[in-house]
Formats: sequence, structure tokens, C-alpha cells
Amino acid sequence: MSEPLVSVKSVSVSLGGNPVLSDVSLTLTAGRITTLIGPNGAGKSTLARLVLGLIPADTGTISRRKGLRVGYMPQQIKIDDSLPLTVDRFLWLAASGPTAARREALQRAGVAHLRRRAVQRLSGGEMQRVLLARALLRKPDLLVLDEPAQGVDVAGQNALYGLLREVRDELGCAILLVSHDLHLVMAATDEVICLQRHVCCSGTPESVSRDPAYHELFGPGAGTPNLALYTHDHDHDHDLHGNAHHHHEGPCNHD
Amino acid sequence: MIELLLPPLLAGLAVALVAGPMGAFVVWRRMAFFGDTLAHGALLGAALGLAAGINIYLAVVAVCLGLAAVLTGLQRQRQLASDTLLGIVAHTTLALGVIAISLQQGIQVDLFAYLFGDLLAVGWHDAVALWSGALLILVMVLWRWRALLSITVSEELAQVEGVAVQRTRLLLMLLLALLIAGAIRTVGVLLITSLLVIPAASARRLTHTPAQMALVASLFGTVAVIAGLTVSWYADTPVGPSIVVAASSLFVLSLLRRGS
Repeated sequence: MSEPLVSVKSVSVSLGGNPVLSDVSLTLTAGRITTLIGPNGAGKSTLARLVLGLIPADTGTISRRKGLRVGYMPQQIKIDDSLPLTVDRFLWLAASGPTAARREALQRAGVAHLRRRAVQRLSGGEMQRVLLARALLRKPDLLVLDEPAQGVDVAGQNALYGLLREVRDELGCAILLVSHDLHLVMAATDEVICLQRHVCCSGTPESVSRDPAYHELFGPGAGTPNLALYTHDHDHDHDLHGNAHHHHEGPCNHD
Repeated sequence: MIELLLPPLLAGLAVALVAGPMGAFVVWRRMAFFGDTLAHGALLGAALGLAAGINIYLAVVAVCLGLAAVLTGLQRQRQLASDTLLGIVAHTTLALGVIAISLQQGIQVDLFAYLFGDLLAVGWHDAVALWSGALLILVMVLWRWRALLSITVSEELAQVEGVAVQRTRLLLMLLLALLIAGAIRTVGVLLITSLLVIPAASARRLTHTPAQMALVASLFGTVAVIAGLTVSWYADTPVGPSIVVAASSLFVLSLLRRGS
């Protein structure tokens, strides 16, 4: 295994006197997609922010590879209406390259048509994709996405996870996903970490879905149906707007 | 007449030019009340400078930076909202400043000139000093433009992308303190914020990029200074307030244009 990009060792964090994470360890390596799952308030976003270096740890150590380039897609950001800013300029802030690079990043995220729109006029979903484009534009070694599937329908989620795998293969980057949504997440991932202030269980999606700790956390029957829902779905794909493109070489066996 | 008016005009233009981009940041970052608080503190700085016999501009910059540090510290507690704290600090320092000025022994200090500016009393010496300061601020803003804009849009994204957020924020405070120190002589501590905020706000509806907004704000500030000075010369009105009223008139005109 290559040198880890980020390794978090036995980290604990309290916010405002409340323990949020205790004794959490995590290793992110190039080319792997890791998903943090867990109920609300489990400390998923806190762990992601810790990895990003946005908050310090109370105890434990975090080491990042030197010169690590990070792309971050937060859940949402609010930009003041008084700032006249187009999507194109918004991307330029992250990397001042030629216009073509920004156009390509937007294309990738499926929002090329929004390039000249004011950022304040974007819907929540559009803003998320623009944030994804901004993260991709930096050609990151590590891509961190906080709740990327929020407000995206099932078909859009499929497309999103497809895109993430594609990006991972192309850039060879590590991807850290945060999700409270069990649907579909599992099979798109190399490693799943179940979080409830501490790491309940971790491993491949298959092993986690068989782990008793996972079922205790999410209730009985949480894993299998979702995995089944995902794994049958290889024969066609969707773009980020939810339009299906059928592959004609295989049978479409789900409708 | 032109020899009398040229130094005040040049001094006013230097301040207006810099107030464009700095005012834009104040508007974007919702720092109007914060800027106002620093300006109130400037009076205390000037008084302390006079009392200690040091350069008053230096004393003003020092007091503004000290205030910025105190405010940042106070904002860490959560029981009182930011604007409450700013209200407390702004008026406490203003009161202390007025008291400190009135206690000056032997020197006749014109309080009115500090509160509302005394542009017509500006000489060549001040004009040169103001232009040096203005050029310094402009060079710094241009040099760190992308970082300054980046932390304005989102401090978190900026930090993840490797911008030195703390240092950039400190630079913005320092530049703001410098501008406020310089602006005391033109519009006075009570009207500085208006010269920052009004031209930038007027530029908002007419522009589509941050750089355009900063430039147009500079242009509006320049027009306001020329117009205010002219009115003041012919109608014998106080200069600082005349400049502010000119800026406000431009703002009202900008409202006539349909929003973009």
C-alpha cells in the first residue's frame, strides 16, 4: 500500500464542552473511496473538517502528506448578495487558469450552462454541482464531499457516484464522502466507516452490512435491501439531471 | 484660488480612490458597523497621539489595530451579539476620545475638525502623505486581490485551498486602519464609514464582477469629492458633510437604474 495521504490517529474532539469524537482513527490512501456514515450528530462532518484541517483535535494526531492538494465540497455556502460574482469568477478563485479549464470542470459536474450565472441565483442543487466543479478544478489529491447526495434523486445519486469513481480512476485521488443516507452509498465505496462518536465498525460495504454494530446503529434490515437496490443497477446510467441513457449491450432487468 | 484648493482636492481624491476597493470589501463582508467602530476609536487614537506628542496618524493606526484585536476577542463569547458589542465599544471609545481631547493642556484642538473633517485646511505636506498611503494600500490590495476575495466568499474554502486566512484577514484590518487614519482629515471620524459604504453600495447595481464594483466605487467616490468640494467652496458649507451628501445623491441616482 502506498503512503497514506492523511492519517488520523486516536483523535478526540469536543465542541462547546460536548464530546463529539472520541478515539477515532482513519487512513485515507490514494485511489480509494471512503464513506463516513452514521446518524445525525454522529460527528461525521466534524471528522471531515478535522481531515481538512479546519478544526484542531483535542488529543491524538493528524498527519497530512506534504503539499497535499485538497478539493472540498461543503454542504452549502452562502455568498452575500452584495458581491457581484459569476460562477466563472467563483471558480477562478480556486485556480486561476484558462477559461477552458473552468468550462471543462463545469461540464464534468453537469452544469456548463451555468458558467455566466450569478452565484446568488443558483438553486441548492446547482450550487452543490458548482462546488463540485470548483473542487475538481484543483485536480485534488484528496476530494472531500459533505453530503453530496443531499436533495439529489436516486438517479442523480447514481450519476454522482459514477462520476466520483471516474474522477478517482482518472486523478488517482482519495475521496472521502460524508453521508447520513444509506441508499446507494454502500456499493460505490471501497471502505465504509460507521460513526457514532467513535468508530462502530469499518471495512468493505459487504462486511459492514453484515456487522451487528451496523444493524444496531441503523435498525434491523438496514443493509441488505439497499445493497440489492444498488447492485442490480449496472445496465444503464443517468446523467446528473436524472435522464437515463440505456446501454444496449445488456438487458435492463429492473423495470 | 487653485493653489488653495489643489491640496484639499488631491487629498480628497486619494482617500476616495482607496475607499472604492476597501469600501467594497466592507460591504461584501458586512463590516460597516465594524468600520464605524474603528473610526470612532480613531478619535481616541488622535487624542492619545497629541497627548504623547507622537505622530497622530501612527497613533490612530495603532489604536484601530488594538480595537480590531479586542473586538475579535470579544466576539468569541456568544451571549451578546456582534452589533451590541460594537455599539458598546464604538461609543465608549468615542466618549473617551472626546474626554481625552478636552483634557489636552495648552493646545487648542478643534474637535469639530476631527469629527466632521477639515479638508480645506489640508496642505501640500498632507496631500503627499495621503497619496503615499493610498498607493501603498492600492498596491497591497492588488497584490493580494485573489486571497482577499477568496476569504470574502468563503473562509473555509479558502483555507482548504491553501490561502493563509488569518494573515489575509489581518492585512484587511491593517489596510482599513490605515485608510481610516488618513480619512480623518478629509471627512472626519463620524463620516468615514459613509465614504466607504455609499460609493460601493451605489456601484453594486451597475456592475457584474468584484473588480468592476471596486473600480466604479472609486469613480463615484472621486465624483463625490469633487462635487462636495465645489459646493463647499461656493456655498460655504462644511466640506466633509458636503462630500457625503454628494455621495448619497449618486446612490439615489443609482437606484433609478433597474436592478441587474
